[in-house]
Amino acid sequence: MSEKLLEIKNLKTSFRIKDDYFAAVDDLSLSVNKNEVLAVVGESGCGKSALAFSVMGLHTRAKIDGNIMFKDRDIAHMSPSELNKLRGKEMGMIFQDPLTSLNPLMEVGEQIGETLFLHNKALSKEKRKEKIIDLLNKVGIPRPETVFNQFPHELSGGMRQRVMIAMAIANEPELLIADEPTTALDVTIQSQILELINELKDDMDAGIILITHDLGVVAEMADRVAVMYAGQIVEIADVHTLFENPKHPYTRSLLNSVPNANEAQDKLHVIQGIVPALQNLPREGCRFKARIPWIEDSAHEEHPELHEISPGHFVRCTCYKDFDFPESEEEKHGVS
Amino acid sequence: MAFLDVENLKVHFPIKGGIFGRTVDHVRAVDGVSLSLEKGTTYGLVGESGSGKTTTGRAIIGLNNITSGKVTFEGKDITNLRRARADFRKDVQMIFQDPYSSLNPKKRVIDIVAEPLRNYENLSKKEERKRVQELMELVGLSPESILKYPHEFSGGQRQRIGIARAIALKPKLIIADEPVSALDVSVQAQVLNFMQDIQKELDLTYLFIGHDLGVIKHMCDKIGIMYKGRYVEEGTASDIFDDPQHIYTKRLVAAIPDIDPKKRDEQRQFRQEVKAEYEQSYNDYFDDEGLAYPLQSISDTHKVALPEKG
Repeated sequence: MSEKLLEIKNLKTSFRIKDDYFAAVDDLSLSVNKNEVLAVVGESGCGKSALAFSVMGLHTRAKIDGNIMFKDRDIAHMSPSELNKLRGKEMGMIFQDPLTSLNPLMEVGEQIGETLFLHNKALSKEKRKEKIIDLLNKVGIPRPETVFNQFPHELSGGMRQRVMIAMAIANEPELLIADEPTTALDVTIQSQILELINELKDDMDAGIILITHDLGVVAEMADRVAVMYAGQIVEIADVHTLFENPKHPYTRSLLNSVPNANEAQDKLHVIQGIVPALQNLPREGCRFKARIPWIEDSAHEEHPELHEISPGHFVRCTCYKDFDFPESEEEKHGVS
Repeated sequence: MAFLDVENLKVHFPIKGGIFGRTVDHVRAVDGVSLSLEKGTTYGLVGESGSGKTTTGRAIIGLNNITSGKVTFEGKDITNLRRARADFRKDVQMIFQDPYSSLNPKKRVIDIVAEPLRNYENLSKKEERKRVQELMELVGLSPESILKYPHEFSGGQRQRIGIARAIALKPKLIIADEPVSALDVSVQAQVLNFMQDIQKELDLTYLFIGHDLGVIKHMCDKIGIMYKGRYVEEGTASDIFDDPQHIYTKRLVAAIPDIDPKKRDEQRQFRQEVKAEYEQSYNDYFDDEGLAYPLQSISDTHKVALPEKG
């Protein structure tokens, strides 16, 4: 049974550069259901973290247009004090870098306790400690009683990330945003953390937005996948469709450029050019056009829209119909 | 005679303690590593953070002091750099992990890339400029951009500036310390392809240090797996990935996320089995201190750290 938990409508997050505002997330709409992992994939600079920060209301200096409906309340334009009642309680976030996002001067127990205290002041100190130890146990930290009184620098990277997760889930949030939760970690620890997030999803019936650039992680974790490029969603589908039948040139290029441990490849695919800087984003026409120059102009739409090509599978622009990888280097520079 | 030979390399860091700051113990960062590289091949050194893989690379090039052991490069002992021939530094170069912090932000690209040239070759300003422009072209950057500063480039471009600097003196061996870990997949593909291209062109040998097993498998001919400063297994790519023998290697290989979502459940179950096996047989594979045993050959190319039978 899927129930809508979060619905983002026409979100536009713009940052000021000199005297102009530039949209890092540009007219983006998506929804997250309960007990679902939605993965947002893209390269650095595509706006995936800006999206996460917008939902949590952490971009205080950005201009935010559009609506973010969380359980039928619009949180996009809430005041910070109202937001604070939600953040850490109904919405939790796991940040990318556990070393910089934990307070180095606070003991682990105290840091986790803070979230508990702020949302439930009636809880006694003893009860709180009990709960923190429970949480530390739940995220798989050995010797929780010792760790309770330790500082972040005394823990390894994987342990710190677990502490972050314990903080995020302390009040059993309904929506959990994980911004590259395993990027800084080794593979064996990564697989443990992902396993943990999966268990939490089933336990708490939570909706999870998993932001990552690692397609392997997506394949293991996601129910649905949204691929972002230059502030827009270029393709969205359930995970099986996306990996078996990717349509958008960007999705296909990304999938082709991953060195696969299970298959030998001669040459990896390289996407031409670079992700343009925020000020230089092409705002007209297909944003991916400049990176597939061998595709004729007429293949692109003038105002690319998301087209539903099968139920739940949306692709932006029509260029996917004519897209194929170039066979030779010369062809790459193709039609000009 | 192998191109590069490392025999029983040890790098220990002292732990100072007490009020007099006396050495009370040592961190055995690298504890008896032996490896040998053939010319023109790529050797992958894999391990988790803290396993000593970076220290090994840095010790070979001379950035860490070697406690004991022997490093031979083209038949000459280079363990103690001061006694080594001066052009060793010319022949061995390093590509660093982070393209953001390994380029001096106050220097222009021409000064960054020309620095090794200035140290070893007496070139006139004009010649130097020409060489730098050639190098920039070789790494696929525009020769006009030599007057720019590092911040004007993207991550992948910066990493290629780092590579241009590393190949400026036409080295024979390049130690690449996680050269693509900080990069996006498509940029990573670009850098990896490029490294393979120049390897053929310049007949380079790579010591490739990394933790991403997908990348390692793609790049390397021979692979060594490190754990707590020691080797647990060494072999060709197919030895390691298709026939891992040590429980630690098995666990590492099992932890790689599979790109096929259909195999998700299968993979999860397999991982649990390996985890159970790991916990059960931990004592069979590691000694009392939790360290790996010495390597034993099980085939011509494949070596595994197993306790001596008896």
